[in-house]
Amino acid sequence: MIRAKGLTKFYGEHRAIEDINFEVESGEIVGILGLNGAGKTTTLRILSCLLLPTSGSVELQGVDILENPHAVRSLVGFLPETPPLYPEMTVEAFLSFAGQLRGLSGQSVNDRLERVLELTDTKAVRHQVIDTLSHGYRQRVGIAQAIIHDPPVLILDEPISGLDPKQIVEVRQMLCSLRGEHTILISSHNLPEISQTCDRLLIIDKGALVASCTEEELTARQSGGHRLLVGVHGDLEKSTSTIKALENVSDCVVVEAPTLSARPMEETHYLQVDSVDDVRETIAKDLVNAGIGLVHLAPAELESMVLQLLGGEDEPAASPRKEVA
Amino acid sequence: MRNIMLLVRRELGAYLKSPMGYIIVAAVLAINGIFFNAFALGGRPKFSFEVLRLFFYFSFGTSLIASIFLSMRLIAEDRQSGTLTLLLTSPIRDHEIVLGKFLSAWLFFAMMTLLSIYMPLLIFVNGKVSFGHIFSGYLGLLLVGAAAMAVGIFGSSIAKNQLIAVVTTAALVVLLIVFWLVAQISDPPIKDIAAYLALYNKHFINFERGVIHTRDIAYYLSVTYVFLLLTTHVLQARRWR
Repeated sequence: MIRAKGLTKFYGEHRAIEDINFEVESGEIVGILGLNGAGKTTTLRILSCLLLPTSGSVELQGVDILENPHAVRSLVGFLPETPPLYPEMTVEAFLSFAGQLRGLSGQSVNDRLERVLELTDTKAVRHQVIDTLSHGYRQRVGIAQAIIHDPPVLILDEPISGLDPKQIVEVRQMLCSLRGEHTILISSHNLPEISQTCDRLLIIDKGALVASCTEEELTARQSGGHRLLVGVHGDLEKSTSTIKALENVSDCVVVEAPTLSARPMEETHYLQVDSVDDVRETIAKDLVNAGIGLVHLAPAELESMVLQLLGGEDEPAASPRKEVA
Repeated sequence: MRNIMLLVRRELGAYLKSPMGYIIVAAVLAINGIFFNAFALGGRPKFSFEVLRLFFYFSFGTSLIASIFLSMRLIAEDRQSGTLTLLLTSPIRDHEIVLGKFLSAWLFFAMMTLLSIYMPLLIFVNGKVSFGHIFSGYLGLLLVGAAAMAVGIFGSSIAKNQLIAVVTTAALVVLLIVFWLVAQISDPPIKDIAAYLALYNKHFINFERGVIHTRDIAYYLSVTYVFLLLTTHVLQARRWR
């Protein structure tokens, strides 16, 4: 479906991305991750034919973006970081315009409009002027304009940026409802969101693709199998020695309190545990038997994997604090 | 053509929905009216021909200013609001974007210009002018408007915001006007080239006198074409930056 080969983009002397290669299969939802300035947006802009690469090639459904950008644009629906909306138009008029701009006839637009308004839950504001919409609705209308022509490829740059938790859940459900119908590429800083929505990850660092894998593969690569975040209340020495004594545990380090524990209990410590197998049950049993309070036990979040991969260990969330002897 | 008309409809709608469009139309009609009353009708007694010529003379200036302000938003606004991304990622060619936007602004300008038709018609109350003269003058204004609008869309395409677009376009238009000064102080062949390039002196004078020359039409159409072509190249170049 999407095949990028040796994708490189220079802005003058500045290298934005270099030699990026990846393939995305039809119907996949792929998350593009990376720190600010890593090259995510440049990659998405090239895929949507907004920018041309300095070198390399991209094919969408076998059509090369350099040889036939016009045809490629018909295949893509693009939501940039700032939704491209005309503030003076009503939602319905704007979506109708966007559909016709993407090649739909008047009747096809009308047919498609109802489905898109339903999918993005914007029926209630269809006659409202865009300038008067809330940020959440603007984002939805932005997604609606990207899917109005039912493109096989959907490219979304920060689709949940600035949304409240309820809206995030709604957009996630909407994206999941598009699964299978569209091949979707999503760039986001919201790693839990990517984790819940995407089938696969492309991780870009300093303009280079450093990983193309599923979350499970990333976990296995970073931890040798499974990674858990364990919150214990009580004796830290005893906790770590109990965990380290377990079979299959390869590593156990103390980490900073993650965001899930904004108000940690006194004497609560968090441990990052790497193991070959899933040892959650054994850890829980052994810690409780040893008289240690277990306050948290869950697979480590994607954030810690990505930060470790990108060399951001000093970040506050779930970052190693010290090695326990 | 379908894409161009789609853009024309949208952009015309934007002019008709924005207060800026109405403010520009109201200002131009008011200034034209005041000038018509003060300079064309007022002062010493004049022949009807002279009254009409003066009307087209100051309409040339107001048309230029209106074109500069009407065209400032054409691409700069889209860039500021992010909607240029929508256009550039849609299956629509760069020249269609430029033509669609240009035509919408020019059609709005044409409507505004034709609203002033009551002034030449007032001459018939106490005088007599030929309809050919009126047609010639309006044809000249529409051609000047097209040329200035094309310069404006080019200015809008290279500027980061609408304010810079206005300044850039005004500078280019003034440059085109003052070519006649260059022609005054230079020797052939530069004199001939500069005289030909002057936006007003060599070409519009004929229209305001009721004379239609193919070379004058060709000049304004050439200026329009060159700046529309440059704008298309600016949009294409953006994809490489």
